[in-house]
Amino acid sequence: MRFVSRVGETITVKNGAVEGATASTDLGFGIRVLKDGAWGFASSSTPGLEEVLAVADRAVGIAKASALVPGQRAKLAPVEPVEDRWESPYKKDPFDVKLADKLELLLSAEKRVRDGGGGKVMVAQASAGARREEKSFASTEGSYIEQAITECGAGLSAYAVGPGELQRRTYPNGDRELTGCYGWEAVEALDLVGNAERVGQEAAQLLEAKKCPSGPKDIILDTTQMVLQIHESCGHPTELDRVYGTEAGFAGTSFLTTDKLGKFKYGSDKVTIVADATVPHGMGTFKYDDEGVPGQRTVLVDKGTFKNYTTSRETATRLGQKTSNGTMRADGWNRMPIIRMTNINLEPGDWTLDEMIKDTKDGVYMEINKSWSIDDKRLNFQFGTEIGWEIKDGALGDMFKSPNYTGITPEFWAGCDAVGDKKHWKLWGTPNCGKGEPSQTAHVGHGSAPTRFRKVRVGVGQ
Amino acid sequence: MTAKERIQEVLEKCLRFASADQTEVVVTGQDTYLTRYATNYIHQNTAQTDTQVCVRSVFGKKIGLAATNALDDASLKRTVEHAERIAKVQPDLLDFLSLPSKDDAGEITAQAVFSDRTAASTAEERARAVGRITALSVKNGFDAAGAFSTAVMRFGIANSLGIRRYTEATRANLTAIVMGPTGSGFAEGLQSDVGKMAVDRVAETAVGKCRDAQNPVAVEPGDYEVILEPAAVADMLQFLAYMGLGALALQEGRSFMSGRIGQKVTGENFTLWDDGTDPAGMAIPFDFEGVRRQKVMLIEKGVAKSVVYDSYTAGREPGKKSTGHALPPAAQIGALPLNLFMKPGDAEVEDLIKATKRGILVTRFHYTNPLHPVLTTITGMTRDGTFLVENGKVSSPVKNMRFTNGILDAFDAIEAIGKRPALVDMFGLGVCSAPAVKLKEFSFTGGTEH
Repeated sequence: MRFVSRVGETITVKNGAVEGATASTDLGFGIRVLKDGAWGFASSSTPGLEEVLAVADRAVGIAKASALVPGQRAKLAPVEPVEDRWESPYKKDPFDVKLADKLELLLSAEKRVRDGGGGKVMVAQASAGARREEKSFASTEGSYIEQAITECGAGLSAYAVGPGELQRRTYPNGDRELTGCYGWEAVEALDLVGNAERVGQEAAQLLEAKKCPSGPKDIILDTTQMVLQIHESCGHPTELDRVYGTEAGFAGTSFLTTDKLGKFKYGSDKVTIVADATVPHGMGTFKYDDEGVPGQRTVLVDKGTFKNYTTSRETATRLGQKTSNGTMRADGWNRMPIIRMTNINLEPGDWTLDEMIKDTKDGVYMEINKSWSIDDKRLNFQFGTEIGWEIKDGALGDMFKSPNYTGITPEFWAGCDAVGDKKHWKLWGTPNCGKGEPSQTAHVGHGSAPTRFRKVRVGVGQ
Repeated sequence: MTAKERIQEVLEKCLRFASADQTEVVVTGQDTYLTRYATNYIHQNTAQTDTQVCVRSVFGKKIGLAATNALDDASLKRTVEHAERIAKVQPDLLDFLSLPSKDDAGEITAQAVFSDRTAASTAEERARAVGRITALSVKNGFDAAGAFSTAVMRFGIANSLGIRRYTEATRANLTAIVMGPTGSGFAEGLQSDVGKMAVDRVAETAVGKCRDAQNPVAVEPGDYEVILEPAAVADMLQFLAYMGLGALALQEGRSFMSGRIGQKVTGENFTLWDDGTDPAGMAIPFDFEGVRRQKVMLIEKGVAKSVVYDSYTAGREPGKKSTGHALPPAAQIGALPLNLFMKPGDAEVEDLIKATKRGILVTRFHYTNPLHPVLTTITGMTRDGTFLVENGKVSSPVKNMRFTNGILDAFDAIEAIGKRPALVDMFGLGVCSAPAVKLKEFSFTGGTEH
């Protein structure tokens, strides 16, 4: 059983006015029951013991209904009962910062975005957000866990419009207010005002920029685009529920079938990817998942070889593993927990970005995801970014608008021959990972340094 | 106390607590149930009861929003006060005129679609329906996955300018993806009345498609004639709506309609309108500001006619009135058409196949996303039944393909339109009525291994 309460605040400033300033409170509880190997889940936002008992009764009734259809039955991997409380660390409580001060910062930054755009930016935005989730977990196995997770962040965006053309530039990474498990100090560290003019300028410049040429090129993806690349082509296909087909009805399955475990060549030997729920300030960081299993660090891909999945107590048992690696999370009180990414990170290599560019003869450097699509087994993908720069004979050249690239996941990662070093490594939050029915939006994290991939098909459909 | 009385009580309490110049309260309640199945068994089965309250407070031209799902008096009062506090510290939103008044909102005669059978449906009934699908799948040696959901949705809207609205609606949604060793099939049903759900037809269609989809061959990417079944067409229509059929996108120059109203934007045989009162869809007769939903012709015979408005975007253009397409207050993306109807043609899908010399038949798309909103370029994959058509006949299943194509370019290439539109869920709030189409040309830019 989980009681979950969330408070949130979102502020968006657009073209000199406040487009939206919203405070929200959402609370309720959900009860998951396993009866004779079949699941039932019921939830309610109505408080009181009477409602709790009615909802528990409903969950049992639903589990009995689930058992009407024969088939697979759940067996759960063991977990040690625990009593604990954990809070994600932050320095400055974002809910204590005055709204007027937040608005002043955002209005100031947004004006500079417009100034930078020189009249070509039709829509300039600055936004900030904060969320605090408090959840209490109790199980009939004897656990009682409380966790409080505080997230915060801010961002800028500029939309420049020309004849038949619309170009977007954002800072620091796409249209998202929340960037990690921090307090308001995360917003202060962004220096929104200092970056605003450049965002407006580049949006305007993109209107006149060249199209990305079509054909095979070496590409260097900055950390913001690596977030998406890792998320879609490694994070999702290593979710064991997808492999077992239980997401087939919605998001799809995975090419990483269990016969590949431990031996499949996922990528080059430069590629080591971990699922790490323990890294500080990650949006996929927690002490316990929503089955009461401790958050962990699991190597998914080791020097190119596929080594493990993200698992639940049920799927770990099915795979023959002794314990879950703790990745079951629910989107609030009214959803069943499902396997979710934690922080899926590409381990750093030993290149600087300058070295990588100097070492590239004919390529494209791409920043910040703008468009994404991947097939239902996570093989064929096509991703587009806000901006790119030509790399010619070891130097950055012309700006490209709307560059995109496509590939097949293991072929693409096999072409990875350079990963940036620790100094270039950065952890980003992804607060919009969709999965499950009814739909659930997870907050997950991805860390990476800039990374190079050889002979990738770019400029699709140009 | 009934759910209606409870919601009306919440609306009135919030208005009583308010001290702003204008106040709007939107209450949405849901009882939703969803039975999820995969590999021929039920693996998730859920119930949710929730009521959310959103308060919009206006002081002059300053607006604040606050939301809660705690319905006790103290929480409601705190939420109203929070919205007012947020409003007071803001600069003026200069082009905001007013919340809609009772006169602006119009008289409502249409009814929301509601079914007692859906409201009373049980987990056992959903499980037995799922069991019919999984049994047919097992019989054919396949794996079935999908979801069967039912929902009762309640909408209560009140504002300090006299608007009082309440309605209830129901919907039931069934999806089936049936997978064999080398291919899969798909079918779905959407009804207000769960008793009208054609469970066996959904099962047979998905299983039949799966059977036909086994042992696919690879086809080279390139431009092909294409037949898109309704689910694929609905996907494109939804992106068209999202990218450009709302007033805010038009006003900000982000829409393909910007500067092109009255001009030809796509093929002459393409006509699209929005009608949230048509009982053939999932009618809910008013929007989230309580304004009567109007039928709006969006594109007629290929000519851009209009976009949809809420009160704010209407106030930014002289003489415009809201068309009754406001989204929930916190959405921040302006008005959107949520009840799309594409004009059907007179062909059966078989006729479209017969008219194809060498082309691709697509059951549906997967993971579609925009590349260029003004050009309406999108990319995505085919999924759950893609077939090669040669000399008027389906000759072989093919491996899934990636497409990259403009939506308006696609509809400019319509050669024939199906006569039997299907209803497809739209953002969980609305529906899209889409027929099958035959296109002269459609661009596939890649392939995959399955």
